[in-house]
Amino acid sequence: MGTYIGQSVKRREDARFLKGAGKYTDDIKLPKMTHSAFVRSPYAHAKILSVDISTAKNADGVVAIFTGSDGCNAFGIPTGWQVDFKNGDTMREPKHPLLAIDKIKHVGEAVAIVIAETQAQARDAVQLVEVEYEELPCVTDPEKAMAKGAPQVHDEWTDNRSFDWCIGNDRADVEAAIAGAHHVTEMEFVNHRLAPNAIEPRSYIADYDVNADKYTLYTSTQNPHLIRLLMCAFTLGIPEHKVRVISYDVGGGFGSKIYHYSEEALLTWAAKEVGRPIKWTSDRSEAFLTDAHGRDHKVYAKMGFDKEGMIVGFLADEFCAMGAYLSTFAPAVPTYLHGTLFQGLYTTPLIHLNVTAPFTHTVPVDAYRGAGRPEATYLLERIVSKGAKEMNIDPAELRLKNFIAPFDGVKQPGYQTQVALQYDSGDYHTILKKGLEKVGYDDFRKEQAEARKNGKLLGIGISTYIEACGIAPSAVVGSLGARAGLYEVGHVRIQPTGKVSVFTGAHSHGQGHETTFSQFVADKLGIPMDDVDIIHGDTEHVAFGMGTYGSRSLAVGGSAIMKSIDKVLEKGAKIAAHKLEAAVEDLEYAEGKWTVKGTDKSIGFGDVALTAYVPHDYPEGVEPGLDFSSFYDPTNFTYPFGCHIAIVEVDADTGKVVIKRFVAVDDVGNVINPMIVDGQIHGGVVQGIGQALLEEVVYDENGQMISGSYMDYAMPRADDVPMIETDRTTTPCPHNPLGVKGAGEAGAIGSTPAVVNAVVDALHHLGVTDIQMPVTPQRVWKAMQQN
Amino acid sequence: MQITITVNGKPHTHEVEPRTSLALFLRETLDLTGTHIGCDTSSCGACTVHLDGAAVKSCTLLAVQADGLKVTTIEGMANGNEMHPIQAAFKEHHGLQCGFCTPGMVMTAANILKENPAPSEDEIRHGLEGNFCRCTGYHNIVKSIQHAAGTLNA
Ligand code: FES
Ligand code: FES
Repeated sequence: MGTYIGQSVKRREDARFLKGAGKYTDDIKLPKMTHSAFVRSPYAHAKILSVDISTAKNADGVVAIFTGSDGCNAFGIPTGWQVDFKNGDTMREPKHPLLAIDKIKHVGEAVAIVIAETQAQARDAVQLVEVEYEELPCVTDPEKAMAKGAPQVHDEWTDNRSFDWCIGNDRADVEAAIAGAHHVTEMEFVNHRLAPNAIEPRSYIADYDVNADKYTLYTSTQNPHLIRLLMCAFTLGIPEHKVRVISYDVGGGFGSKIYHYSEEALLTWAAKEVGRPIKWTSDRSEAFLTDAHGRDHKVYAKMGFDKEGMIVGFLADEFCAMGAYLSTFAPAVPTYLHGTLFQGLYTTPLIHLNVTAPFTHTVPVDAYRGAGRPEATYLLERIVSKGAKEMNIDPAELRLKNFIAPFDGVKQPGYQTQVALQYDSGDYHTILKKGLEKVGYDDFRKEQAEARKNGKLLGIGISTYIEACGIAPSAVVGSLGARAGLYEVGHVRIQPTGKVSVFTGAHSHGQGHETTFSQFVADKLGIPMDDVDIIHGDTEHVAFGMGTYGSRSLAVGGSAIMKSIDKVLEKGAKIAAHKLEAAVEDLEYAEGKWTVKGTDKSIGFGDVALTAYVPHDYPEGVEPGLDFSSFYDPTNFTYPFGCHIAIVEVDADTGKVVIKRFVAVDDVGNVINPMIVDGQIHGGVVQGIGQALLEEVVYDENGQMISGSYMDYAMPRADDVPMIETDRTTTPCPHNPLGVKGAGEAGAIGSTPAVVNAVVDALHHLGVTDIQMPVTPQRVWKAMQQN
Repeated sequence: MQITITVNGKPHTHEVEPRTSLALFLRETLDLTGTHIGCDTSSCGACTVHLDGAAVKSCTLLAVQADGLKVTTIEGMANGNEMHPIQAAFKEHHGLQCGFCTPGMVMTAANILKENPAPSEDEIRHGLEGNFCRCTGYHNIVKSIQHAAGTLNA
């Protein structure tokens, strides 16, 4: 702990948000700004026979209308990852136009943009654009998309696969181990599709300054630099230095605002065409139809155990939907962010995952809070708990038996998994034991038995997870198909008066970076937090960055800032030594000043800063100024882990599941601000509970989304969830300077299987061994009746 | 149509299209962008304001329906630089992350506490039914409102 590190410092961003003074994109108004709305396809798969804009063009307030043939589609939206076929064939990557040209691939795909003086006028004119379609058969389910004769999403290929992929040990070896196992547990289920649902809908304003030949895009994005890079280098082919991307306050992301979307590129392109700024803000219905979704895996899995309950082999085959086009991170999600976690916390000696990733007539699927890791954890933690029930072994005991032994990554080496990763540090036994103790596991079993006698259905579910965060070493992800590096940039500018401006490529959309980052910067420099300002979200101010996702901001972005702080202190020491007439080696830095060891001779940080900018009496060969920028490329992923335990009560008459308690013990490495970390866990846990009990995107057989509004898509509400009981263990990350691992996704990864395990536990004596998510009252009731 | 609405104590007279929602009127005409819009089905509560003292979803109300009435928005909650006790409690107990649901949450919280100065956890959770938060898991929002109740009753 320092003065600030480890303290629950209250957030500096809160004042503006609480007063209604946040600056979200839709809050911005530019002079002469126009508004826009999209003509979107009501069909999942259709030929566009004609688009008639003649009436709409003359409607009140209409400034311009563009369709797919008006010149915006020269290149199309790229994907950021390339995952090639197992046989070496190149991934199939369809062209993703900004506006559909002659074919529609999913409901909600944009056909035309209407630009008008007001939002109402733009929306009115949308109704006047006449599009003639020829509807074609569609497929929305990833497994059905692979059936013989399934409707083709993209005509240029012979089947719907974008790629297939596998990881782990030789399949035959894994199959043999399972065939010879004492007990085999099997599962077949759907890890269903979710809509991320940040409460702020996506919003963009594009502006073009003809005199400077310069574009400005205000966007609700999680990574402004990446959007600029993709848009300039690929989608529009415009010079990167002529584009400024700004994302001030962003109302939640959860993955959905990482990606480069067609609307932002189209607005940027159109702003030059019409010579006025253009705004577009999605409404919620559009958000359901166009924001990238999460999950959507069909899973077949087997796990083999020996007589003692030790796992001997783990095999899975999955169909993972890509949707109609490849979104920015999509190919990485069911592969490198998923299969690499199949070791879980267990010593499983033989593992194999086979993935088939088809296109479907749906909105693209991409990373959603946890991205591939919740899917891996759900499968692992369900199958282990199911196996425990089948073998009549306590689920906690079965886990403890199979856990990897503790290792700190310093004295003991990291743990090499069967699925490519090397875990950095971990102590899994301790965290599960802590969870069991916190929940009062043994007492609960007694309470449960008592309750059962009275016809009350109580259940407890354990889930233990590991995840890979802090993405990621560029060379590693490059070899895995990433088309970008995944370092971060941290720029520390010491002002002449000793005040500090920090520019980070990470982006905060609820995480509180302005607070957390100031805390460690102030501590490392030994100065007051008020002397530190954090600047992010503007490509004109921040040199570069890869944005925020994958719980990477502190582990990667924080490390980049730390590198710059080191450089500041190193140069500062030279200046201090000169002023103190001492050798650098004789100085020590603490509490904001350099002191000659063993003396009371010292010089403060502010004086050194001033000297650096007013270098009259200055060391020879040292440049003026105190301003450093660093790139930090991590050497490994970070591996947070934890134990989540849910206690549920199932209503025997209605099948309704109520979560009575939820315990989350997480190890996210060192913690800078416990209040913020707990907040991240709370939010993640509830999103995971949402998946377990409530949320589901449903497409009907015509490719219509029948859960496309808040009336149909069940978001978790305050009265659906309990207080979350959090606790921690701390196993520092051994390979980054702050020892942090990342906390953004943990909650959403650990909680879902805990809840479903608890429901199955409550119903197991009635013969229920598995239940499909979301565990709605109807599903529970049916399961109870069937057995 | 010409309407006059008193917003945060100040009367505002404007011409509006009859179909303009109160939310849009506040945001676009009065530039009070603290009132947010998160949905189109009256479900999320991001747009919650007080109309003559009671919480309403301003996205579901037409501006013309508020003609002659008093509206309080999030911008009218603080007393100058001094935050309202509910706002202060949200800050103290980390009742917000991205801040997008926050104005609606604060306005709803004020309504909950007005109707029931000492609500139980369950009553607070039921009172928040019409407000979505995707970030906080509601935990710290509930806590903030519990603490605000304490301050307001002190
Ligand atoms: S915007 Fe009013 S309830 Fe969602
Ligand atoms: S704080 Fe982000 S939605 Fe509530």
